[in-house]
Amino acid sequence: MKILTEKGERKMAITEHKDVVCTFCGSLCDDLVVEVEDNKITKIKNVCKIGRNRLMHSQLDYAPLKVNGQEASLNDAYDEAARILTEAKAPLIYGLSSTTCEANREAIELTEILKGLIDNPSSYCHGPGVLARQFVGMPSCTLGEIKNRSDLIIVWGANPMESHMRHFSKYSVMAKGMYTPEGRKGRKVVVIDVRPTPSSKTADMFIQVTPGHDFEIASVLRAMLKGLRLEGLDDDSLVGGVPLSRWKEFIELIKASHYGVVMFGIGLTQSKGKDLNIEQIITLVDEINKFTRFYIMPMRGHANVNGCNQVLSWQAGYPLAVSYNKGYPRFNPGEFSVVDMLNRKDVDAALIIATDPGAHLPKSAVDYLKSIPTIVVEPTRNLSTPWANVVIPVAPAGVGVEGTYYRMDNVPLRLKKLVDFPYPSDVEVLRAIKERVSHVKNN
Amino acid sequence: MLKIINGQVYDPTNGVRGEVRDIFIENGKIVKPSSLSQADEIIDASGCVVMPGGVEIHSHIAGPKVNSARSMCPEDHYDHFKGSTSVSRSGTGYTVPTTYLTGYLYSQLGYTTAFEAAVPVLEARHAHEELNDTPMLDSGMYTLMGNNYMIMKILNEKDDIGRRERLRDMITWLLTSSRGYSVKVVNPGGVESWKWNQGGVDLDTPVPPFGITPRKILLELVKGVEGLKLPHSLHLHANHLGEVGNYKTTLETMHTLEGLRTHFTHMQFHSYGITKNNGIKSAAREIADCLNEHPEFTCDAGQIVFGPVTTMTADSPMQFRLHQMTGNKWINTDVEMETGSGIVPMRYSPSVLFNAVQWCIGLELLLLVKNPWQIVLTTDNPNAGPFIAYPSIIKLLMDKDYRKAMIEQLHPKAVRYTNLKDIEREYTMEEIAIITRSAPAKILGLSQKGNLKIGADADVAIYKLQKDKEKMFAQAKYVLKDGRVVLKDGQIVKSILGRRFVVEPDGCKTLLPDMVEDFNNYYSVQLSNFAVQDDYLLRSEVISCG
Repeated sequence: MKILTEKGERKMAITEHKDVVCTFCGSLCDDLVVEVEDNKITKIKNVCKIGRNRLMHSQLDYAPLKVNGQEASLNDAYDEAARILTEAKAPLIYGLSSTTCEANREAIELTEILKGLIDNPSSYCHGPGVLARQFVGMPSCTLGEIKNRSDLIIVWGANPMESHMRHFSKYSVMAKGMYTPEGRKGRKVVVIDVRPTPSSKTADMFIQVTPGHDFEIASVLRAMLKGLRLEGLDDDSLVGGVPLSRWKEFIELIKASHYGVVMFGIGLTQSKGKDLNIEQIITLVDEINKFTRFYIMPMRGHANVNGCNQVLSWQAGYPLAVSYNKGYPRFNPGEFSVVDMLNRKDVDAALIIATDPGAHLPKSAVDYLKSIPTIVVEPTRNLSTPWANVVIPVAPAGVGVEGTYYRMDNVPLRLKKLVDFPYPSDVEVLRAIKERVSHVKNN
Repeated sequence: MLKIINGQVYDPTNGVRGEVRDIFIENGKIVKPSSLSQADEIIDASGCVVMPGGVEIHSHIAGPKVNSARSMCPEDHYDHFKGSTSVSRSGTGYTVPTTYLTGYLYSQLGYTTAFEAAVPVLEARHAHEELNDTPMLDSGMYTLMGNNYMIMKILNEKDDIGRRERLRDMITWLLTSSRGYSVKVVNPGGVESWKWNQGGVDLDTPVPPFGITPRKILLELVKGVEGLKLPHSLHLHANHLGEVGNYKTTLETMHTLEGLRTHFTHMQFHSYGITKNNGIKSAAREIADCLNEHPEFTCDAGQIVFGPVTTMTADSPMQFRLHQMTGNKWINTDVEMETGSGIVPMRYSPSVLFNAVQWCIGLELLLLVKNPWQIVLTTDNPNAGPFIAYPSIIKLLMDKDYRKAMIEQLHPKAVRYTNLKDIEREYTMEEIAIITRSAPAKILGLSQKGNLKIGADADVAIYKLQKDKEKMFAQAKYVLKDGRVVLKDGQIVKSILGRRFVVEPDGCKTLLPDMVEDFNNYYSVQLSNFAVQDDYLLRSEVISCG
């Protein structure tokens, strides 16, 4: 941190924060340089458009502190939140993918005390990948290994150029590492998607497939890898809309590589087949390891959605969709996943932390959420704050409070505090609610 | 002051062998017997054995691979759960229990200290986060260095004196950055070799990218650890784990390191002979003989427990082999610059010959190593078995009739390839106390643990004497941590946050200046974000070097 002085009559203190961790996507770029002037973020370097937007807007448009539409004190909000949660029979605690692991720990303990249900957005994003990992495992590596060693990158159902904007340059496609001094030139890049994207334009080989055929494609690739005869298929036969000859070319590329990586997105996890797609592709990657090193990594979206999976795993034993209603953790995606629970009207109150169900969930789920008492803990105004019964503004993680986030490759990083906020942290809010709830439960 | 009266005390460090003595505790420490001050609390330990709290020297309980296993294996959790109480949290899991449950289960066995066996520096923050959520236990972790790029780069330098100095600084930086306790080496060179899709490595196989040999990695790291006077010796998972005929590599490794203090972990997995038909047979005798001749070496058993296990190590090629062999699901993580790791859940069965022989080998080691101060009871949790099986292993060691009855239930050919049935030795209560607390504490350099001398930490386990030693050790009657009763009649009565043991070796705590460029180019995080921050150490204690 250094203090710069500007020329002029008035000396303005500018604090420069180096190596700041971005809190937008699962790439967790940790080399941002952020200038703060008079407690305002004024300038950011080494950041993508989305990251900049997120950080620059973090001090605008704070969520209003209110209880049932009225302005209220923080204590009133805590009291009302605790009342709602303790009176509920099946409270839902949901979100937690854009807040710290420290907040996740508090939220899980609160859920346990309430005998409630807890879930995070992964149940409708990368959750199918998490489930596929439960079926067949997942050979993978850290991002630095992709940078240092990969000579073949396959981007499947993902568009990092628009969703993880620095991923290609910092960690993967273009990155120069230990055994990849030429960066992009030394690598082959294949993009598999249903339509051309900015990511596919960078590829050596773009394989445009028809939607909904990923499972079939992976199955055929597995057979080809093993040299099995594909009955009824010749070179011109279409698999996923692509001639078999082209898939042969693809398999040869794989066999010729030394260190390959599949980076997959929700194009695979949320299309027909869901977890089965991922299961089949992981199995393919697994089998390629008989020939060469080959790994697979989910392109996790929300910056700490992985962290939420991590804390739930070490405290409850399950990464998502957990019910504590029997006093101990139970796991059943489909039964205890957020969309299913809301659609079935299984929950009767909700505490939403650091996510915007109003923007992300299906209309039917949002409509039900609107009909039950809902508490929203959130830094800025969003599509859920207008109708929530209790809204508690907080200082955002990595801007107003420190804490831990997990990158898409499971590497944990510590977030910095850059500016002061007039609001408490998620941890403080959750603790205050927890104390009140415990007090009620113990009496 | 708290007083434990009428108990049969086992304190091997101080030569106390079951004599009835009273133990006095004040301010979390064992204090001098005093008739002057009034006891606030008296625990009557009549008919009980009183020992120092158990010390776990090698267990995978926290960090990236443990948690990956938890999230990969819901089937390990469904049938094993614990509800919350007014003093304890809920949890699930059998071979990979959740953090809170791990603390409670160790406490039930009378354990008060546990060390996590393998942590990469890049992900050490994760292991600390989990240990902060693992109550009841003082803890520490071993930092992986046996396949570290920067270590190998230094070992490739020609200038002997300069190299030694720089290695010292590198070890110090890695240990302090990770807030680790000691140096862990896993399949030296073999994990890097895996990343290049090359085969297994012997002691003299040149390892990419510098062509350094595992022998050199080992020798120089062991000497580096010695030079820094770390409280614990180098903690070694040798090459060729689990491979038939690997005892030769193990013996050669021991001969290479003669005269140098080294801890060989999960020795059972490294004591396999080979039959004419390339089958497994016991080489426990050869390994035990070597240990008996070399008091500078210590080991832990890594005893097989029949039933489900979750194998997890930094030995990624070995995990891939297990995956190929069993067809079971497999997680792998190559960790940039440092190491790798793998996870494969599986099951050991007495009716599978290989497993039956493995089971015998572990027990043979425990029975053939003459000095109990050289061998520690472990199951390499959860690789060879879950730690909750310790009481059943204690029974096998203390009761030869039971042991022989169990041998009867193995694959009938197992006796052909092992010597266990001919071993008559039975462990005494004192020897059990040694292999479960006093020896590991001594090997770890923790003078305040594993004994009940005046000034020691008042971590005490009290077990009701029973004929069935499995029942006796399965549930402590009382456990005291820092002088407070934390468990009574098998139930947690107080949850406490344990200490984190760390070291502050006398090398340079910052990265060598000429390595900074490598760090910037090849790691995927910034140097300033690398080291574990103080925020993750909620209650640390520095164990001094020297």
